Amino acid sequence: MKLKLIAKHVGALGIAAGLTIASFSAQAADTIKVGVLHSLSGTMAISETTLKDTVLMLIEEQNKKGGLLGKKLEPVVVDPASNWPLFAEKTRQLLEKDKVAAIFGCWTSVSRKSVLPVVEELNGILFYPVQYEGEESSKNVFYTGAAPNQQAIPAVDYLMKEGKVKRWVLAGTDYVYPRTTNKILEAYLKAKGVKQEDIMINYTPFGHSDWQNIVSDIKKFGSAGKKTAVVSTINGDANVPFYRELGNQKVSATDIPVVAFSVGEEELSGLDAKPLVGHLAAWNYFMSSESAANKEFIAKWKAFIKDPKRVTNDPMEATYIGFNLWVKAVQKAGTTDTDKVTAAIVGLEQPNLTGGVSKMLPNHHITKPVLIGEIQEDGQFLTVSSTPLVAGDAWSDYLEGSKDLESDWISLKCGNYNTKTKKCLGAAAK
Amino acid sequence: MIHISHFFKHFILAFMLIGISTVNSVAQTEAEPIATAPLDFAALVQQLATGSLSERGDTVKQIALLKDPRSTVIIAALEQGNLYADNISNKVAIKDETGNFVDAIAQSAITSDISNFKKIPVNNSLRNQLRSLSAQLNLSSPDEAVRLSAVKRLLNDGLDADSAALLEEQSKTESVDKIKSAMDIAVALFSLKNSDEKIRIAAVDSLRGSLEPEARSALTETSTTDESEAVRNTAISALKSIESTISYYRFGETIFFGLSLGSVLLLSAIGLAITFGVMGVINMAHGELMMIGAYCTWVIQQLFPNHISYSLLLAVPTAFIVAGAVGVAIERGVIRFLYGRPLETLLATFGLSLVLQQAARSLFSPLNRAVSLPEWMSGSLVINPVLSITYNRLYILIFAILIFFMLLMILKKTSLGLKVRAVSQNRTMARAVGVRASWVDALTFGLGSGIAGVAGVALSQLTNVGPNLGQAYIIDSFMVVVFGGVGNLWGTLVGAMGLGIINKFLEPYAGAVLAKVLVLVLLILFIQKKPKGMFPQKGRAAAD
Repeated sequence: MKLKLIAKHVGALGIAAGLTIASFSAQAADTIKVGVLHSLSGTMAISETTLKDTVLMLIEEQNKKGGLLGKKLEPVVVDPASNWPLFAEKTRQLLEKDKVAAIFGCWTSVSRKSVLPVVEELNGILFYPVQYEGEESSKNVFYTGAAPNQQAIPAVDYLMKEGKVKRWVLAGTDYVYPRTTNKILEAYLKAKGVKQEDIMINYTPFGHSDWQNIVSDIKKFGSAGKKTAVVSTINGDANVPFYRELGNQKVSATDIPVVAFSVGEEELSGLDAKPLVGHLAAWNYFMSSESAANKEFIAKWKAFIKDPKRVTNDPMEATYIGFNLWVKAVQKAGTTDTDKVTAAIVGLEQPNLTGGVSKMLPNHHITKPVLIGEIQEDGQFLTVSSTPLVAGDAWSDYLEGSKDLESDWISLKCGNYNTKTKKCLGAAAK
Repeated sequence: MIHISHFFKHFILAFMLIGISTVNSVAQTEAEPIATAPLDFAALVQQLATGSLSERGDTVKQIALLKDPRSTVIIAALEQGNLYADNISNKVAIKDETGNFVDAIAQSAITSDISNFKKIPVNNSLRNQLRSLSAQLNLSSPDEAVRLSAVKRLLNDGLDADSAALLEEQSKTESVDKIKSAMDIAVALFSLKNSDEKIRIAAVDSLRGSLEPEARSALTETSTTDESEAVRNTAISALKSIESTISYYRFGETIFFGLSLGSVLLLSAIGLAITFGVMGVINMAHGELMMIGAYCTWVIQQLFPNHISYSLLLAVPTAFIVAGAVGVAIERGVIRFLYGRPLETLLATFGLSLVLQQAARSLFSPLNRAVSLPEWMSGSLVINPVLSITYNRLYILIFAILIFFMLLMILKKTSLGLKVRAVSQNRTMARAVGVRASWVDALTFGLGSGIAGVAGVALSQLTNVGPNLGQAYIIDSFMVVVFGGVGNLWGTLVGAMGLGIINKFLEPYAGAVLAKVLVLVLLILFIQKKPKGMFPQKGRAAAD
């Protein structure tokens, strides 16, 4: 508390100093650098550009409030161009050359996996704002997006309870996030008594556009007299032709609902939402959320991006929470030193945009509410179910080999502590 | 946005109220059921606008029970999201097709301020309930289509004793065969649960040959769980005959899927068949020319937002001209300096493709643009419950074939076509007889690019319109041209359709990812055996 007060005073002093000195070079030397590692070109630019803008907006806002520890924040934006090895190179550049205090970045799991060894080697801090497959824990990474137990499992629970779904299609794009998530879901469904023959798993390549026979198969699978639902981990671009085919083949949400983990407001703004009305999505944030903090955030975003039609989405909220937690941690630690900030950040709280308060946990995940929404004609979501705050779980409880693992960077100082053998697996099981 | 947030308020309120209301409702049912009954139509409709989602469900049920002639309209409007409420004046209105508001109770047009009207939100479970309710109300509708969908809905929901008797009665007077048979199937499905074995066997027999998924799943259940062996055996034989009919239709469906994928391949490859096949230019920016065509569709739809139905007709010539012009510019600006140097051409056009992509990103933003499907492109042609063909795929197939023959005609019957063939066969000789070879080069490249633009218009109806559209198709289009035989349009047609069908037949066994890999491996093996493709050019021109 005291530290915070001091920080505030220092911040005020900082402004005063900035005004009086008014020398740009002097000011520039006295900044805290923040790395922004999002693809601005290539396939992922579609999603990641928005997050780059979000970080820039948050930095601008923080600077208006007087910066951090009396210094201005200075964004260092790099473009890893949707090229996974380039992510690692750019991270090295950010940490070694630019000496950034923290990095906000990555979208796909493969980019995060490529950045991970570099961040650990150079002892940096990475805030990762996207829902992911879990099964990972790093001292240097903070996961502010949803772990599977904060998105996938509650969504399946909802369908089972409210939709009385008995048969499941797990459809996904062919890469690590859908494969791991579907593995967890399959194990979970079987634990709930769903038989193998009532689960259909299907993978398609990135950007798949010819969904005719897959949708026809789903229809066939769904006509066996049991209520069927599709759990979709289909990523990015491929969703538009998928939903279009669903619409054209007259698969309506009331017959076979599709619950998606990668379709948010931004993706919906790129397509005609009419045929999708009633299909579901599970997230931790919807733009339609009623809280005052959300309204303020949306207004700020629209003003910053100078486009009244732009939407907000879940990874933006995760970026918002991550950024503010980092700011609070730096204020609490009084320094941007990695070890001190990572120690300070655990236990800190930040109001999220849906009316609750998210907290950073010792496993470097945060608590979030899980919302299920139905797609409306205007591309927004109607919340049909919401849970209280759920603590993110790095290691799934439903997978063999991972259910005994626990991550705790405070008391255990270990990301993969085996509760059975009482041993930290250390670097071996990263 | 606003009406959702408005709703959200109610939602939260409702959540808090649920605790209270459940207690209340228990008390009510115990006391006197009459206490809730006498609400009249107007009061019930107004209640629709204010209650929570679950209350709304109950209200709708009561409205249906009133048998008021207006209920059908209101229930249909609510289901389709056309029912609006004004929370200030407490009016409920139906938005009709022309966008006018009609008071739901007084049935008079609302002329006053309509800015306060908000859509009454519905969710899936409510939507389901509404559909079943309107099905029951619509069973005796004079409109054939409405009646049919009502019967189908009941078929889907399953009957109870009352509705079965009602359907049986109706089926006697029903004049349309299609509806009558649907009614009979619904009744037969109900009779499967009858305690009399003979009736059950008769029901199974009448279901024989029905392709409705409900009939199939009910028969599957009967064939394993029925207590009488005779019934089980009849069900098994009925199922067998159904399965064989279905597998026949499934085969037809797969052929169509293959042709449809083939038509997309054909569209993306046909422009390349000219620039690469006829001219021998390896144009890596071919995909970006398709992207330009797709963006043209979007721009046209933005310019004329009220004429979406005609947008495609206008987009086709626009895309041809714009992409063609870009193609001519590329030829004049870059490629003409690189003739005879395929590797440099490859690199230069690859660079160009990156430039064009980034240009689209800066011009239109990196986000995908929403191109809407005109009314006549959406939906599907239902042949029977197992076989339906989506209109957009069907039209694109026809369109691809049309484009193919038009191009063939241009090359075979016009003077431009003659010159193109002359230049591609023997450049020096063609120039000697007075053909302006460089002019023909530019026009040919423009023609190929224009066709790529037209293909982009078709693709905009199937996939994302964004900067990466071209990349997704460039490999496929080269594959088709090489497979079919460079310089042979017929080869491109056969190659595209062949690859499409092979792909679709492999997919069910290998999955989408492996099917693609297998096709690629097969293609490599094929090229090893026949390096010039399926239909190699013969004669002296093929020598160089």
